[in-house]
Amino acid sequence: MVLTEERPNLLRPGHAACAGCGLATGMKLVLQAMGPRTIAVIVPSCEGAIGGVYPYTAYGVPTIHSAFEIAAPTAAGIANGLKVQGITDIQVLAFAGDGGTFDIGLQALSGVAKNNDDIIYVCLDNEGYMNTGIQVSSSTPSFAWTGTTPKGNPRRKKNIMEIMAAHYNPYSATATIGFPRDLQQKITKAKGIRGTKFIHMLVPCPTGWRTPSDISPELSVLAVETNIFPLYEVEDGKRYTINHQPRRLPVREYLSRQGRFRHLKEEEIEQIQRDADEEWKKLRYRAGLSG
Amino acid sequence: MKEFMTGNHAIAHAVKLCRTPLIAAYPITPQTPIYEKLSEWEASGQLKGIMMRTESEHSAMASCIAASLTGVRTFTASSSQGIALMHEMLHFASGCRVPVVMANVNRLLAAPWGFWADQLDSLSQRDTGWIQFYCENGQEALDSVIQAYRIAEQVYLPAMVSIEAFFVSHFMEVVDLPEQEQVDRFLPPMDLPHKFDMDKPGFLVPVVPSELYRKYKHMAQVSMDSVKGLALQVDQEFRNEFGRGYGIVEPLMVEDAEVVVVTAGSITGTARVAIKELRERGYRIGLLKVRLFRPFPGEAIREALRGRKRIAVIDRNFSLGGGGIFCQELRAALVHSPDRPLVFSYIAGIGGTDVRPEMIERVCLDVMERTEPMDTPIWIMEEGS
Ligand code: SF4
Ligand SMILES: [Mg+2]
Repeated sequence: MVLTEERPNLLRPGHAACAGCGLATGMKLVLQAMGPRTIAVIVPSCEGAIGGVYPYTAYGVPTIHSAFEIAAPTAAGIANGLKVQGITDIQVLAFAGDGGTFDIGLQALSGVAKNNDDIIYVCLDNEGYMNTGIQVSSSTPSFAWTGTTPKGNPRRKKNIMEIMAAHYNPYSATATIGFPRDLQQKITKAKGIRGTKFIHMLVPCPTGWRTPSDISPELSVLAVETNIFPLYEVEDGKRYTINHQPRRLPVREYLSRQGRFRHLKEEEIEQIQRDADEEWKKLRYRAGLSG
Repeated sequence: MKEFMTGNHAIAHAVKLCRTPLIAAYPITPQTPIYEKLSEWEASGQLKGIMMRTESEHSAMASCIAASLTGVRTFTASSSQGIALMHEMLHFASGCRVPVVMANVNRLLAAPWGFWADQLDSLSQRDTGWIQFYCENGQEALDSVIQAYRIAEQVYLPAMVSIEAFFVSHFMEVVDLPEQEQVDRFLPPMDLPHKFDMDKPGFLVPVVPSELYRKYKHMAQVSMDSVKGLALQVDQEFRNEFGRGYGIVEPLMVEDAEVVVVTAGSITGTARVAIKELRERGYRIGLLKVRLFRPFPGEAIREALRGRKRIAVIDRNFSLGGGGIFCQELRAALVHSPDRPLVFSYIAGIGGTDVRPEMIERVCLDVMERTEPMDTPIWIMEEGS
């Protein structure tokens, strides 16, 4: 990690995340790359719980805990408020979970992306409503157990990157904590672009994924290497770049490490493999690669 | 300078005169002309600032709150379903102690659908912690927006200025436009003590323990209560600068009145005509206009109605299972009045139906006959319906 050694830690020690939380690691890496000239927006989610209870806060930059569905318009309001005052050296960062992005905040995010307001929006995707105790969201993967899908999630995970690309916003990228250098480079790149930047970050959640607390980085790497979660960028909704050539490990290696997939039948694992292969093919095609 | 314009455009002029640099809005009939006029001025450079064309009223309010927290003056306009959709953010705005100003064009709420005047939309938001003004005409709306910024930015609470659909929003009247220098003198630049501060990185809207929540809400109530006095003072200063004012309530010929009619909004104008007529015919009728609704000016109302025995509150709104909302509030304010007046609730003009002077006359004559208190509201319908 390049930046870790150089930059101050803006998610302070003593925060209230569960042990081994990938989301907290993700926030820390993002804030470090953002630097102190940042105003952050968080919304109800584990981000709120992690921040701590008044008078304590883990956040080292000015931060507002806004309402659930409005991370994007809150950030956009701040960005435009600064702009009309001629303040140009402060970046506005919105953090929202998968519930706040894929579900309840999707309309508001779409509105901001349509206007191309100048913000960096980071979706901390732990694939479910974890702060309320593990319920299904439209980001939960196929067949995964949650408290509201006790027999496994019958639907596939929504493709949020394609939804964002359809807005022709200047920059969207996937990232995950197992690839910290790639993640921080993407944040740094986003800081240099004006308009709505979207980072879709996969963050393993030991509590919700039913995993031991010491394997979040490893799972994050496996998600990429199995093509469950490829690392790529989309510029202006049309230029696709794949950032990491995966080893194409079988998805089974990723799934078998997590309690939420423990009940999967053989054909369900095969289905997930087929979906991953198909998505990878589509992505390569979009990136102008064949086969 | 006098100009002929609609209530909506009068409000747009007020926003421009207040040099509001950040507006976030979403179209809804019959508010849209405010949004369009401000967009037109933003495009031509007459209005210096940013117009955020959000994807919903909910996001418009979210953006106003957030921008306000950077220390800039903000504005939005809405109506009916729009303000209902905003509900969550209205609470958030007062909780964040931001002086956002909103114009609301009172339109009925679905279902069934309609676009017509009815005050239930903003009155349904009475518990959200917003200062609320109800205006009789375009001139008052323009002046109230300017006053609303002065008040809101002093107590750090959001303020709403309401006019009724079409009767005021689209009706053209002569409006006296203040000079820019006058407004600049009257309205100092906004300053927010709790705005984002890069040197002292604080955390806004934290999770708080129960005792702190209670303390915080109590502080908000103290601020809100101070608005009754402050609104009067600001109105007096406004009168000094611009030569006109409104008070927070306006009593008219109440001193000797046997019956006092209480109104809010555009029905007041009609009542002025009806009451003059009745006076000429020898009836001792008075009028009390309620302009400030939140905080509710209970003391000012008790003072204005001292010694009066019969009150008729006319509401263009209706809380199902309750009654006319102004009447409910007024009854509560008069509960300790030594005069123990009889307060009757009349429902008129619901769904934008016309309230003609004859209907107000009917109300007055009806009250004259009554000797017994009555809880249930009396609906005034057209003859034969
Ligand atoms: S529930 Fe999951 S995301 Fe939330 S703090 Fe715990 S480990 Fe992190
Ligand atoms: Mg989640």
